[in-house]
Amino acid sequence: MSFTCLLACSCRAGHYANRTAPTRIRTDINGSNMTNFDTLAHTSHLNQLESESIHILREVAAEFRNPVMMYSIGKDSSVLLHLLQKAFYPAPPPIPLLHVDTTWKFREMIAFRDRRAQETGCRLIVHINQDGVAQGIGPFTHGATVHTDVMKTQALKQALDKYQFDAAIGGARRDEEKSRAKERVFSFRNAQHRWDPKSQRPELWNLYNARIAKGESVRVFPLSNWTELDIWLYIYREKIEVPSLYLAAERPVVERDGTLIMVDDERMPLRPGEVPQMRKVRFRTLGCYPLTGAIESEADTLPAVIQEMLVARTSERQGRVIDQDPSASMEKKKQEGYF
Amino acid sequence: MRTEHDAGTAIDAYLQQHETKSLLRFITCGSVDDGKSTLLGRLLYDSKLLFDDQLAALKGDSLRHGTQNGELDFALLVDGLSAEREQGITIDVAYRFFSTERRKFIVADCPGHEQYTRNMATGASTADLAVVLVDARKGLLTQTRRHTYICALLGIRHVLLAVNKMDLIDYSEDVFRSIETDYRELADSMGIAQVSAVPLSALRGENVSSRSDRIGWYDGPSLLERLETVQVAHVVDDVGFRLPVQWVCRPDQNFRGYAGHVVAGCIAPGDEVVVLPSGVRSRVARIVTADGDLPRASLGAAITLTLTDERDISRGDVIVAAAQPPQVADQFAAHLLWMGEAPLLPGRSYWLKIGTRTVSAQVTEIKHKVDVNTQEPLAAKRLELNEVGYCNLSLDHAIAFESYEHCREMGAFILIDRQSNNTVAAGTLNFALRRADNIHWQHMDVDRTARARIKGQAPACLWFTGLSGSGKSTVANLVEKRLHALGYHTCMLDGDNVRHGLNRDLGFTDEDRVENIRRVAEVAKLMVEAGLIVLVSFISPFRSERRMARELFAEGEFREVFVDTPLAICEQRDVKGLYAKARAGEIRNFTGIDSPYERPEQPEVHLETVNHTVEALAEQVTAVLIGHR
Repeated sequence: MSFTCLLACSCRAGHYANRTAPTRIRTDINGSNMTNFDTLAHTSHLNQLESESIHILREVAAEFRNPVMMYSIGKDSSVLLHLLQKAFYPAPPPIPLLHVDTTWKFREMIAFRDRRAQETGCRLIVHINQDGVAQGIGPFTHGATVHTDVMKTQALKQALDKYQFDAAIGGARRDEEKSRAKERVFSFRNAQHRWDPKSQRPELWNLYNARIAKGESVRVFPLSNWTELDIWLYIYREKIEVPSLYLAAERPVVERDGTLIMVDDERMPLRPGEVPQMRKVRFRTLGCYPLTGAIESEADTLPAVIQEMLVARTSERQGRVIDQDPSASMEKKKQEGYF
Repeated sequence: MRTEHDAGTAIDAYLQQHETKSLLRFITCGSVDDGKSTLLGRLLYDSKLLFDDQLAALKGDSLRHGTQNGELDFALLVDGLSAEREQGITIDVAYRFFSTERRKFIVADCPGHEQYTRNMATGASTADLAVVLVDARKGLLTQTRRHTYICALLGIRHVLLAVNKMDLIDYSEDVFRSIETDYRELADSMGIAQVSAVPLSALRGENVSSRSDRIGWYDGPSLLERLETVQVAHVVDDVGFRLPVQWVCRPDQNFRGYAGHVVAGCIAPGDEVVVLPSGVRSRVARIVTADGDLPRASLGAAITLTLTDERDISRGDVIVAAAQPPQVADQFAAHLLWMGEAPLLPGRSYWLKIGTRTVSAQVTEIKHKVDVNTQEPLAAKRLELNEVGYCNLSLDHAIAFESYEHCREMGAFILIDRQSNNTVAAGTLNFALRRADNIHWQHMDVDRTARARIKGQAPACLWFTGLSGSGKSTVANLVEKRLHALGYHTCMLDGDNVRHGLNRDLGFTDEDRVENIRRVAEVAKLMVEAGLIVLVSFISPFRSERRMARELFAEGEFREVFVDTPLAICEQRDVKGLYAKARAGEIRNFTGIDSPYERPEQPEVHLETVNHTVEALAEQVTAVLIGHR
């Protein structure tokens, strides 16, 4: 495969300098005074997004006492982790990672998580809702809604309370879902972790208000202005490693209620007549394997995935069983503390 | 292998095309029923950005909540909150993304109702251009003026006027031209030079993304074509290099870097820089990024600078070109858009965040407020929610700045309430009222320590707060008598007495109460500097003013004495007969009756007066003071 990236070029250092400067800066006669022209027309879209996100991450590190980054192992988290390394270079990221493990993630995700944490030198905190484990909560026995609420939303609140984090960085994007399209970059949560969409703090320019009282917290979304396509293009340009579940491969799946579910371990009870079949599939989002629908695809390389996405006719959240609840369910879940 | 290679090449080509696309951020605004959300939904629909599942959800929603008799209701695509869908209005700004062959767009769909003006400002603050919708049947409305004014206030210099619902006026050119003319006049009066107008029908998709045959007399581009081609180059005036320091990077003893965003100009290793407000000079050693050192960095780059000298630089400082430094000042004229539920009170202290620096600030004077609907200047003593004011601002520290017009990042600020932590105002700096470098503190040979020493005492401010009739003055009097008897030098400032002299021009509105306390606190401070033990006996009902007073003093100098008497008992005593008058409605804004008293959270001395003698209470205060000697 050709990875000759025309953008990230051989001179990676030149993003702002070599490529853009000549068109943007005019040197006057004595050669010292610079005049900046169009502040947007000549800066590449990805550079602009990257730079904005780095700004946000640094604000978090500077203004909060005890911030954390939610690491969910997916592509958005991979981009966040990459940006986290860039923002504080050459220092190691001063913000630890938190993974809320529902115990039903794809096995590959867990292995990937542990390896990446080690490679990047980030401190990784894994939190599991032990009450939920004791009650035997799972997606097959209790359904998607209960499982997600107990093992994800409640678990997250437990972790935030336990470690007293005052800021939690997440990888959510505004293009994902309607209520997210309305959310601020610094999104205030009261002491009960609730979001009040009707009275959000005004958020002007890039002046983020990080002031909170004890017990309150802020969810921070540095990828707010990125689209799914931006994420993939950036992963490609920066050569960011993502779990291979995103690439098509032969995997054992069953078709259930119109969704292809991968049989990732022996805990999945098969219904009468269900026989796992090997099909070439990949995933557009990663979560709990019983709740994550696969799509049939031939795209087994990153460029092929991007190409497939350019002609895709369904949005990425469709693969998530949880979103098929009544409309505006995400807003409701978010009010209750879901990320 | 072959297909992989093809895909890779195709993606490379796509990436390159994508990279060269510019990004346009714009807002849509207009009156409540002008059809903004419909227009935006139509743009997304026409640019084939809706996925099948989103379209299916839209069809379902249109049947359930739609206002178009079961036809696709595009407004439902963008109104995302359930309250918005129920009420059919937009409450908060929604961000949408789409792109065409030529450009990428981030759209902030802004609410039109006056009560959500602050949300509109949120959307407008990051926009390069505004699409202002006007209903062709109604022409310019109050909201049109207000939105245009907010856009102008936040520095948007380009407007696309979308004259919507042309289908309902038989595509009349005369109507369109007359609206266009009216609007140009309006925009011109507010300093928006670039206006282009497009006649369209969002509902029918006419002149939105493709031109309509029904509007044959219009030969300009469709709205989308206009968005794709409009030049929003805002020339940043000759502002030199500016980098507000965000974060100091110190991984080990050998590296000390200053991370931040270049907000103006450009920089290269070897360039001479000045750090403001301290004024220390140095040179740039390296421009560090995770992708390697850069030979040069300019506007928009997130970098880490190292300097050739070890300097004490921290977050909030600004590193600037030595040849072109900005002004440093602590008093400004500024425009404020007030966004707090409680009004702005001059004299009250707020947090001010500008760039990466947060300082304490007060509005010293509201020169006038501006009626956002008519732009008339009006006299004002306070600013209410969604009002705009032209104000004088005083900061407790000097800052480096540029006027907002010249450099947004060095001239934009927010105010944060110290109690609620809410963002209560957005502001733009216009100019400095005086240069900080022209005022010098008079150096005094006899200083406060010397004055205190000769008196043989530690100066202090005892601040008695409590309801009217709680016994503040009675206790304070006895404390002063005892201190005097013990040989201490004291002075008493009593609320009633000061109002006969120094503060005789002040009444009892919230604004005047704030000013009342500010003056007394300043006087008390002077007296403490003179070496005295000052007893201040003031109702001082608001926490923020008591905190402001506290912050004027050195650590340990200020003691808050809460004279805690229940309202019922104060009212029962009613020594001056004031409660009776307040209850009868003869006195307004009376603390405890129709004006709030905010109890101290952590007073140094808490006097519960019920069941204690005045002597015992005075003893409690004196013990604290003398114990601290």
